[in-house]
Amino acid sequence: MNFLRFAVRRLLEMAVTLLGASFVVFGAMYLAPGNPASFLLGGRSASPAALEAIEKQYHLDDPFFAQYFRWLGNVLQGDFGRSLQYRTDVSELLASRLPTTMLLVGMALLIVVVLGLALGRFGAVRGGAADTTVLVGTTFAIGTPSFVAAILLQGLFAVQLGWFPSSGSGSGEGFGSMVWHLTLPAVALALYLVGLLARVTRSAMLEAMEGEHVAVARSRGVPERHIIRRHVFRNALGPVLTTAGLIVSTLLVCTVLVESAFSVGGIGQLLERAATTKDFPTVQAISLIIIGIFMTVNFVVDLLLPLVDPRITLGARSKA
Amino acid sequence: MTTLDIRGLRLRLPHTARPVLDGVDLAVGPRETVALVGESGSGKTLTSRTVLRLLPEGAVAEGTVEVAGQDVLTMTAKELRDLRTRTAAMVFQDPRAAINPLRRIGDFLTESVVLNKVLTSAAAEARAVELLEAVGLTSAALRRYPSQVSGGMLQRVMIAGSLMGDPKLLLADEPTTALDVTTQAEVVSLLGDMRERFGTALLFVTHDLGLAAAISDRVSVMYAGRIVESGPAAELFAHPRHPYTKALLDSTPDPDAPPGRLTAIEGQPPDLREELSGCPFAPRCVLATAVCTEQAPQAAPAPGNPAHTAACHHSDRLGTRLEGETVDA
Ligand SMILES: Nc1ncnc2c1ncn2[C@@H]1O[C@H](COP(=O)(O)OP(=O)(O)OP(=O)(O)O)[C@@H](O)[C@H]1O
Ligand SMILES: [Mg+2]
Repeated sequence: MNFLRFAVRRLLEMAVTLLGASFVVFGAMYLAPGNPASFLLGGRSASPAALEAIEKQYHLDDPFFAQYFRWLGNVLQGDFGRSLQYRTDVSELLASRLPTTMLLVGMALLIVVVLGLALGRFGAVRGGAADTTVLVGTTFAIGTPSFVAAILLQGLFAVQLGWFPSSGSGSGEGFGSMVWHLTLPAVALALYLVGLLARVTRSAMLEAMEGEHVAVARSRGVPERHIIRRHVFRNALGPVLTTAGLIVSTLLVCTVLVESAFSVGGIGQLLERAATTKDFPTVQAISLIIIGIFMTVNFVVDLLLPLVDPRITLGARSKA
Repeated sequence: MTTLDIRGLRLRLPHTARPVLDGVDLAVGPRETVALVGESGSGKTLTSRTVLRLLPEGAVAEGTVEVAGQDVLTMTAKELRDLRTRTAAMVFQDPRAAINPLRRIGDFLTESVVLNKVLTSAAAEARAVELLEAVGLTSAALRRYPSQVSGGMLQRVMIAGSLMGDPKLLLADEPTTALDVTTQAEVVSLLGDMRERFGTALLFVTHDLGLAAAISDRVSVMYAGRIVESGPAAELFAHPRHPYTKALLDSTPDPDAPPGRLTAIEGQPPDLREELSGCPFAPRCVLATAVCTEQAPQAAPAPGNPAHTAACHHSDRLGTRLEGETVDA
């Protein structure tokens, strides 16, 4: 299949999936218990007339499909509606918070990729005690929920040692300050995935080492470190790349917990607050964005796989 | 100087009762082709891999394995790399498994000589093109991936790759069994041509006696980790001096012979978990007598032909009696 046809087909698939997702996201909020109108009133009792006015303003009394299609039409034009809680446009809220989350997720991803690959490779290549250490370490990493990691890191490095701030994102104080503020959250966010990626890398490398071509390369005098790089690590990249979708989606989901734990004002924290306060438009917008990012990552992975493994053609799954 | 000289090679594997290779003697002269034949499990692959010191985990080797005068078993890591890059190279059985599917054919050809600084990358590429043309491919193959060429072509790539470091010795371990019948013959004749053209010696491992007869100057027959018979190819096949060789020849389908003459060898080769005393072939041998189970036969030259040796107590009976039988049949 040629590249263009593949890309077009996948983009169409993504559009259909996003449409379905938008329906589910909207429907779930519609069915959720709790009435946004009463939230808007902030618990004050209101006259039926006032209530009706609010319902009219937010179109809460329209039939479900009318509400859905109005919302969808606006979303397609980049208008996610107004936040019930913050009384501003959701798109503005997102614009101010998305960079923080992107930086946090980006830092965590960097930690995951660098540490995960390095640890997995280290264990697979060294074997013995080094490998056992990696196995035990990754077991702990995988077993520690990110909010527990957050509390531990906060207690040790922020409260006890005072090396990092215990909360906030440092946004508005420059890039350096943001990185400094987001270091602990990024580590908390990355921990589980470092363990996961190290495990995947390790076992993919151990499997690649069994390949006959590795013994053949050795028989041809290729130096050991090149064998590891060119024939073992290189051949483990395919299985590693297929976990990219899982890694990114886990980062996006866990950022909700971590941002809340560190009071980082990103979209994760925003989602958490919006969900507890029935701020429908905000929840819907963030959910759609997360789904969109996830699908984009999978699309990119599918484009990259044939580059990593020439036996895989675009759109076909690996048989190897 | 002999290109390959294996003397008294004894190889022990963990969890076995006896050495899997037991006193192997094998020599290949410059530009000579020697075929190593024998049943499955006799130790042909282990012998050829030992030449590059590719030993299974936990294996212990004794004896000497000299390639161009240097003992492989006592080489330093550096000398070993040098041996593998420039002196001896192996053509493996299954090119699909032996060549990394994720890297280009050009990388496969050049990596060893470039990484060991035998050639610059430009020189290595030029040599790769020269060799690809020699094996009947074009330089276009350099940029291909293994999955994009046929098995026969890939085995040609493998042969080209083995010649990159201009070795003195080629080892080919059943280089055609993974290929289909028509390409098998092509690859074998190519291997012969390449040996001729690039002046290497060749140790050809096979269990196909017809192939061994066609390609080799000399043949060594292996049974249960020992060389039981060794000699000039024509002489050895015409006048086998070991009952095992004779039995192998009788069990080989011969297109010229009338059907019905094919006889499989009775019994199984001895298990590695049991000790052996006497001749390992005795339990399956039609000529076996008491001495065979008591005393291990030593390789002895044929009368009047010192190049033809056999390790059998009854070599002299074989020439007359069994041949007489065949004529009667
Ligand atoms: N890595 C290994 N570990 C343990 N045993 C092995 C190993 N490699 C080979 N053996 C054993 O050594 C014996 C000789 O094996 P080898 O592969 O040399 O036989 P072969 O003559 O090449 O047979 P074939 O014709 O089937 O290739 C066999 O009994 C085999 O089971
Ligand atoms: Mg073999």
